[in-house]
Amino acid sequence: MRRKKTKRGASAPAVTTVVVMRLYIANSAPNSVRAVANLAAICEEHLKDNFKLEVIDVLEYPLRALADGILVTPSLAKVSPLPAAKIVGNLSDKKSVIHALGISESVE
Amino acid sequence: MKGVTVNATKSAALQPLPKIATGIPGFDELSHGGLPRNRTTLLRGGPGSGKTVFALQSLVNAARRRQEPGIFVAFEESTRQIVANAASFDWRLSALARHQLFFLDAKLSPEVVQSGEFDLSGMLAILKAKKEEIGAKWIVFDGIDVLLTLLQNPIAEMREIYRIRDWLTENEVNAAIITAKIDGDGSAVVNYGFMQFMVDCVIRFERRIEHGVALHRLQITKYRGSDFVAGEFPVSFGPAGMEVDAPEPAEIRQVASSERISAGFERLDTMLGGGLFRGSSTLITGVPGTSKTTLAGKFVEAACRRGERTLFVSFDESADRIARNLTSVGIKLKPCIKTGLLRMYSGRTETIGAEDQLVKLKALIREHRPRCMVIDPISAIAKSGGLAAARAVANRFIYLAKDEKITVMVTAINEGDEPETEATDLQISTIADTWIHLSYLIRSGERNRALTIIKSRGTWHSNQVRELVLSDAGPMLADVYTAGGEVLMGTLRWEKEDEERTKKLQRRAEFDHKRGELQVAEADTRARIKALELDLERQRNELAKYSSGNEARIVSSSDREKEMRRIRSADPAGRAASGLAPSLAKRGASVRSGNSGRKNRNDAHDAP
Repeated sequence: MRRKKTKRGASAPAVTTVVVMRLYIANSAPNSVRAVANLAAICEEHLKDNFKLEVIDVLEYPLRALADGILVTPSLAKVSPLPAAKIVGNLSDKKSVIHALGISESVE
Repeated sequence: MKGVTVNATKSAALQPLPKIATGIPGFDELSHGGLPRNRTTLLRGGPGSGKTVFALQSLVNAARRRQEPGIFVAFEESTRQIVANAASFDWRLSALARHQLFFLDAKLSPEVVQSGEFDLSGMLAILKAKKEEIGAKWIVFDGIDVLLTLLQNPIAEMREIYRIRDWLTENEVNAAIITAKIDGDGSAVVNYGFMQFMVDCVIRFERRIEHGVALHRLQITKYRGSDFVAGEFPVSFGPAGMEVDAPEPAEIRQVASSERISAGFERLDTMLGGGLFRGSSTLITGVPGTSKTTLAGKFVEAACRRGERTLFVSFDESADRIARNLTSVGIKLKPCIKTGLLRMYSGRTETIGAEDQLVKLKALIREHRPRCMVIDPISAIAKSGGLAAARAVANRFIYLAKDEKITVMVTAINEGDEPETEATDLQISTIADTWIHLSYLIRSGERNRALTIIKSRGTWHSNQVRELVLSDAGPMLADVYTAGGEVLMGTLRWEKEDEERTKKLQRRAEFDHKRGELQVAEADTRARIKALELDLERQRNELAKYSSGNEARIVSSSDREKEMRRIRSADPAGRAASGLAPSLAKRGASVRSGNSGRKNRNDAHDAP
C-alpha cells in the first residue's frame, strides 16, 4: 500500500524550494500513525504546499525500505534539497524535526 | 497454528530436545548437541568477550557445512567492521556474504536524528522479506542492547523484545541467536529478567584479565529442557575461530601399549627396564642447567632415527638455537628437520594465556601428526596467566597426547633441588607415567649432574642415582661406583675409576708374569718329553732287534726240552707244564731279553 500525497496549494507563499520527503511506516502501528499525524501538522504549519511526501508502508515494501537504508519505523527521509537527512521516531519532537529538515527559517 | 505449537511442545516433552550443532569445537560437546533447534539463544557478556565471534562462527559453519543460509543483524558494528574483524579467521566471510549470508547493517548512523519513539516492526518486515528471499535458516541479532538503549524507555524496550520474540515464533528458523552486552549478573539491565525468560538457552561469556593476560570463559547458565555441563570453560581463539575447551569425557578410554621405545640412549633404557612405553608420558624435572633439554633432544633424535614423525615444542628459545646447542653434545636434529620428520616450534609465553598455547599445540598436532613429542619446558606455560589455568592446560595436554597415542616427554623447571617441590608447580608429576629427576649433587667441592628415576608406571626401573655425563658423543650415564653406600660422581668417580684401572693393570701384569712362568715351565716339560721320546724310540728299535733273536733261542730251547724228556722217558705230568709253556716262555723271554727291570716295565706299560 503505497500512498502518495502531493499537496500543492493555489496560493503558494514566497518559499520556492520544494522539500521532497519519504515517510516509512509500519502500516497502522501506533508510532507510525502518530508519525503521519505529526508530520502532517508540521508540513501544514511550516511548508504549506511546498513539499512532496511519499509514504511507504514497509510491511508491504520491505525490500524497497532495505534498499533505501531504512531499518526502524517510523523513519522520515529528506531526499531534497540537499543535505539529505534522516529522522527516526514518531516525530513528536517537532523542534528537532524542523531543524533536521532545514526548514527552521520558515518559522514565523 | 496454535494447535501445531501445542503438539510441538508435547512431543518436545516426550523426546529429547532437538538441537542443532554450532560446529564450534568443544561447545557442541558441552551442550550435548548444540543450540536448541527452532528456539532462541541469548549470548550475554561484556565487550570483547567473544559473543559476536560465537554467533558469527555458528552462522558460517551452518552456511558452509549444511548450506543453511543465515542473516546477521548488526546493531553495534557496521557490516564492514564485522567482516574486517573476522578476517583474522580463515572463514572467507566475504565470499560467503555474497550468497549464503546476509548482513543487515542495523547500526543507526550518528547523523540520524531521533524524534520520539520508534519500533522494530519495519525492520522485522525487512528481515522477513530477506529471510524468504535467501531461505535463511539462522538469524543473529548482534548487540541488541545498543538498539534497546536507543529506545530510551524500559516499557518500549520490553515491547520491542516481545516483538522480536513474536517474530521469531512466526518466522521459524533453525536457530536464533541474540547477543547482548550484559555484564555481571545482569541487574543493571532493566529487562534482562524478561530477556532471559523469553529465550531457551543463555550462554554467558566473560573476558577477564589475570596476571596481565586476557582469559576468555564461557558458561551455559540456562538450557530449557536439556541437561548440559555446567561450570565455566576456557575459550580460546585460533585461526579457525573460537574453540571451547570442553572437559574430557569422564571415562578414560586410552589403550595401553606394551611396545617399548627408546628414551634416547641405551643405558637410560636399561634403567627404565627396557625403555618407555609407546604412548606414555614422561616428565623430566630439574633446576636450570641439569640438561633436561639434552635428554629431550636425545629422545627426539632417537624417534627420528626410527623414522617417526616428531614434534619439538620449545618456549622462549628459538628452535634454531636449540638445534645448535644440541649439536655440541652430539645430537643432530637439523637433518631430521630437513627430511620433514621433525617439526620444531618455538613459542612465546609472554602475554599468551595457557589456553591459547593449548589451542596452538592442538593445531600443531593436527598439522604434523607426530608419534613422539617434546615440550620444553612445559612449566613455561605457567609464566603468564594464572597458575590454575596453566595447571589445567598441562594436565589436559597430557591427556590429549594420550588420546592421540603420542609418546610425550615434557620438561619442567623446579625451583629447589628436591624433586618434591615440583609438586607445588604444575602438578603433572601425578599424571605422568615416568618421572625422571635431574639434579646437581655437590660433594667434595664439585657439582655433578645426577639422574634419578622417581617413578615409572608399569615397569621395573632402576632406583639408583646415576651420574649423567655430557660429551660430544651425547649424554651418557656413567658406570656405577659406590663407596660407603653412595654413588660416586665426578672426580670421586674418576678417582675410583682410576683406582680400578690401576688395579686392573696390576692384575694384568701379575697375570702376564704368571703366564710367562707357566710358559717357561711348559717349554721345559716339553723339552724333557722330547728327550724321553727319543730315548723311547731308540729303545723300541733295540727291542725289535732283540726280540727276533730271542724267538729263535726259545724255539731251540723247547726242542731241547722235548729231546731231554724223550731221553728221560718222562711222565705225562710234564704235559701240563708244556701247556703253559708258551706264555711262560714269552714272559721268560721278555724278562730275559731286558737288560734292566726298569726298561721292561716301560715296555709292558706300552703294550696295552
